[in-house]
Amino acid sequence: MRQLIFAFCIGLFPFAANAVEPDEMLTDPVLEQRARGISKDLRCVVCQNQDIDSSNAGVARDLRLLVRERLVAGDSDTEVIEYIRARYGDYVLLKPPLEPATYALWFAPIAFVLVGVFVGGGVLMSRRKQEPFEDLGSEDENTVSEILRQNEAGDAP
Amino acid sequence: MVPEIGHFALALALALALVQSVLPIAGASRGNTVWMKSAQATALGQVLFVSIAFAALMQAFIVSDFTVRNVVENSHSLKPMLYKVAGTWGSHEGSLLLWILILAVFGAGVAWFGSNIPAETKARTLSVQAWISVGFLTFLLLTSNPFDRVFPPPLDGNDLNPLLQDMGLAMHPPLLYFGYVGFSIVFSFAVAALLEGRVDPAWARWVRPWTLAAWVSLTAGIALGSWWAYYELGWGGWWFWDPVENVSFMPWLLGTALLHSAIVTEKRDAFKSWTILLAILTFSLSLLGTFIVRSGLLTSVHAFAVDPERGLYILGLLAVSIGGSLALYAWRAPEMEPGGLFRPISREAGLLVNNLILAAATGTVLFGTLYPLILEAVTGDKISVGPPFFNAAFIPMMLALVVFMGLGPFLSWKRADIAGLLDRIRFVAVLAVIAASAAWYLLNGGPIMAYLAILGAAWLLFATLREWALRIRLFEVSLAESARRARNLPRASHGMTLAHAGVAVLMMGMIGSTGWKSEEIVFAAPGTEVTIAGFDITFEGAAKVQGPNYIADRGTLVVRRDGELVTTLFPERRYYPVAESQTTESAIRSTLAGDLYTSIATPASDQVNNAGAWTLRILYEPLVNLIWIGSILLVIGGCLSLSDRRLRVGAPRRAKQPASDAVPAE
Amino acid sequence: MKRLIAGLPFIAAVIFGGFFLWGLNPERDPNEIPSVLISQPAPAFDLDPVPGLETPGLARSDLVGNERPVVVNVFASWCVPCRAEHAVLTRFVEREGMRLFGINYKDKPEDAVKWLKDLGNPYERIGSDLSGRTGIEWGLSGVPETFIVDGDGTVLFRYVGPVVGPDAVERFTQALKQAGALPNGAAS
Repeated sequence: MRQLIFAFCIGLFPFAANAVEPDEMLTDPVLEQRARGISKDLRCVVCQNQDIDSSNAGVARDLRLLVRERLVAGDSDTEVIEYIRARYGDYVLLKPPLEPATYALWFAPIAFVLVGVFVGGGVLMSRRKQEPFEDLGSEDENTVSEILRQNEAGDAP
Repeated sequence: MVPEIGHFALALALALALVQSVLPIAGASRGNTVWMKSAQATALGQVLFVSIAFAALMQAFIVSDFTVRNVVENSHSLKPMLYKVAGTWGSHEGSLLLWILILAVFGAGVAWFGSNIPAETKARTLSVQAWISVGFLTFLLLTSNPFDRVFPPPLDGNDLNPLLQDMGLAMHPPLLYFGYVGFSIVFSFAVAALLEGRVDPAWARWVRPWTLAAWVSLTAGIALGSWWAYYELGWGGWWFWDPVENVSFMPWLLGTALLHSAIVTEKRDAFKSWTILLAILTFSLSLLGTFIVRSGLLTSVHAFAVDPERGLYILGLLAVSIGGSLALYAWRAPEMEPGGLFRPISREAGLLVNNLILAAATGTVLFGTLYPLILEAVTGDKISVGPPFFNAAFIPMMLALVVFMGLGPFLSWKRADIAGLLDRIRFVAVLAVIAASAAWYLLNGGPIMAYLAILGAAWLLFATLREWALRIRLFEVSLAESARRARNLPRASHGMTLAHAGVAVLMMGMIGSTGWKSEEIVFAAPGTEVTIAGFDITFEGAAKVQGPNYIADRGTLVVRRDGELVTTLFPERRYYPVAESQTTESAIRSTLAGDLYTSIATPASDQVNNAGAWTLRILYEPLVNLIWIGSILLVIGGCLSLSDRRLRVGAPRRAKQPASDAVPAE
Repeated sequence: MKRLIAGLPFIAAVIFGGFFLWGLNPERDPNEIPSVLISQPAPAFDLDPVPGLETPGLARSDLVGNERPVVVNVFASWCVPCRAEHAVLTRFVEREGMRLFGINYKDKPEDAVKWLKDLGNPYERIGSDLSGRTGIEWGLSGVPETFIVDGDGTVLFRYVGPVVGPDAVERFTQALKQAGALPNGAAS
């Protein structure tokens, strides 16, 4: 589905490139590896919802070249990303930076899990409190669980 | 003439749906059997008329009737017949008609097969289902009539988007919708139960086959979409966390939770209000997906034309259905008694943890998908939430889930015997650690996360197999005896084993293709050789090929290993003149060990282009096919469970006591 | 307490619904990309003239120290909407006294020369951005784009896409007036 937008890109830009191309790549495999990694975290501004690594828009190609140029110039990954962010804004970061505006986003999964732990703990405790049965001796326990297990054979989800 | 018949049939279906939305439910509250019984006829009538409308639209596509606007916009006389037929559901209007058809099919299914359901419950359920039908039929007729004529008719159509002219994607919407919309009947059951104020194990049993059917097709639909993205988009990815993907994934996650929670309600008469909530929310997420895809609310790359009026209409539908049902829930749910007791280590507790993790994961995906919108509304800032966020948040949750997935089936209801449990899983845990260590040793290197995932997948696979072996007492008794036991096991049990094993297999595929993918991108003139993952690939050149409605550049790649011919691959770059767009047709050599994936493109740089070179993209994706095989196992597991005798016949009448009566040892 | 918990999903749904309603506002364009340049100094750049054209090249220094704010338009001959926009911009220059500078984006010089010969040249200066690098400095997402730059070099306004059609022209005129980019009395 994402490629539907390609038609749009081709309309706006003269070159119908096709994702990252050999002539853009760096000879140093380590740097190239880093460049690919950075490209995957940057959003193409023309083709919505696509990283520049796999985008065929002209601007994406320019940005890929720029990323590599900065890396060759000795920038760290963070510096390269900051360089592009300064020109295009937070919008191009597929991985939103941790800052007050995104606290809610980044802490939400943790909050969801905590709520889950809290709710789950509550349910487990409340269901146990009213527990009417006592422990059996270990021998009985084994017998019962064996019977149970065989019975359960017919009761799987 | 035929389109008018279709249009008229839709109007008749709407009339029937209006009757069905009032009469049966009124009958249920007054005890009028005739009124309640009327739902039978109206539900079947609806399916008949909507089918006529659907057939009429399909006929217009098949004969290329360019007096119908929808056909003009989405078809072309040169298009292959298969895609003319698939074009019926390729547009907003057509796919909405398909949506309504499936809605009617599920309603009719309950009317037809639900003879074991008490008359009142059935009447209420079918009325609620009719409310949804009325909402969507009016939406279709008022804002998106698929039978609109165009005058004067053009000579030919605009063609369907070439990307959609593909077998995988032709089948993707029907399966996906069958899943999405299938949850509608579960929703209707839940609302009916809330209106009645009664939820019990019998209710859970009636709902189960419908939930399973919807879940199975949603699974298949998502897997098919993912497979399509894999071979069609040209760079070998199979999941992008695009909003459109996420909105189909969320009902799946929550539907999976529902499937498991309903088991607890069925067996133990517990988690009742939670199961009801899940039933409502699962369908709500399906509706939300429909809304997001058709309203243009988020930046997504979907094809449907965006129209604010349509967006508002669907939002209205959402407000009534989701808001109404949740308000009803807030009112009625507190009155439900909590049900059976259990210990912190028990099957119930295991399924509780499963549900909480799945719910947290769904919440994460939902929040991540909508966060750009929320932030923009609050501060005006625009940000992107992409794969790095989803991977970071989602994968750890899934790993935790996998631990409990392996453990759960060993636990017995109410309370599990801890010592016995440890005894049974110790061996499995050791085996999983050995497997992960072996992988570490053999592959030397790779991301740490991948090894954790390997550990999780191995644990899940071994635990699932071990649990199955215990059930049939494999190697404890004679093989013949084990086989007899396996035959006597309910199909639902085998279904669970298969589905859980499927998840483990699917994980292996994901790990292999993400962690150990290799890639070569080269400019290739004829004669160029590329070596990747032990394959020597020679580019023999590219030639122009004429297709029925496209022109393609077709590359020829000869693949050898150790000097011996393995295969010849023909990746294509197609150009569709009518639609003025290009597609990449990758050529793949598939084996269980991995895919050799090739695609071809015109180089961006004119110099290279003029020199007669092509851009070749060659990937080796280890184990990637396990993703589809795992998905197939999930689907087969679901189908097995669906075919369980207990689901079809003898589903209980309302029991006086919960099903636990049937377990003698308690 | 129990009622409260049972009511939570409803409340959550209402909140989400509110956001959706806001999001459907027809004036909101989900594809619009915010510009970080607004109220920021214009980026540093120095572009050579288009070969074969007498119009001089463009650098940041040309945008600073002007009496009134000036307009920078990014265009290309391969860009179809630019053709329609060209007429609008020419009218602003000729009738309203707007000062217009151009960045010729990733264009073959001979195509650009021919294009300007055919349509006329309303630009005071034109820089040729063959590599597209200056475009990146300006945070360009497509062609055409139009900026209003204040006398001290601050970017005041950005318009993405062609200034064509009554709505766009109206918005652009408003921005020009607000910036004071038109000589007094000339605005009609």
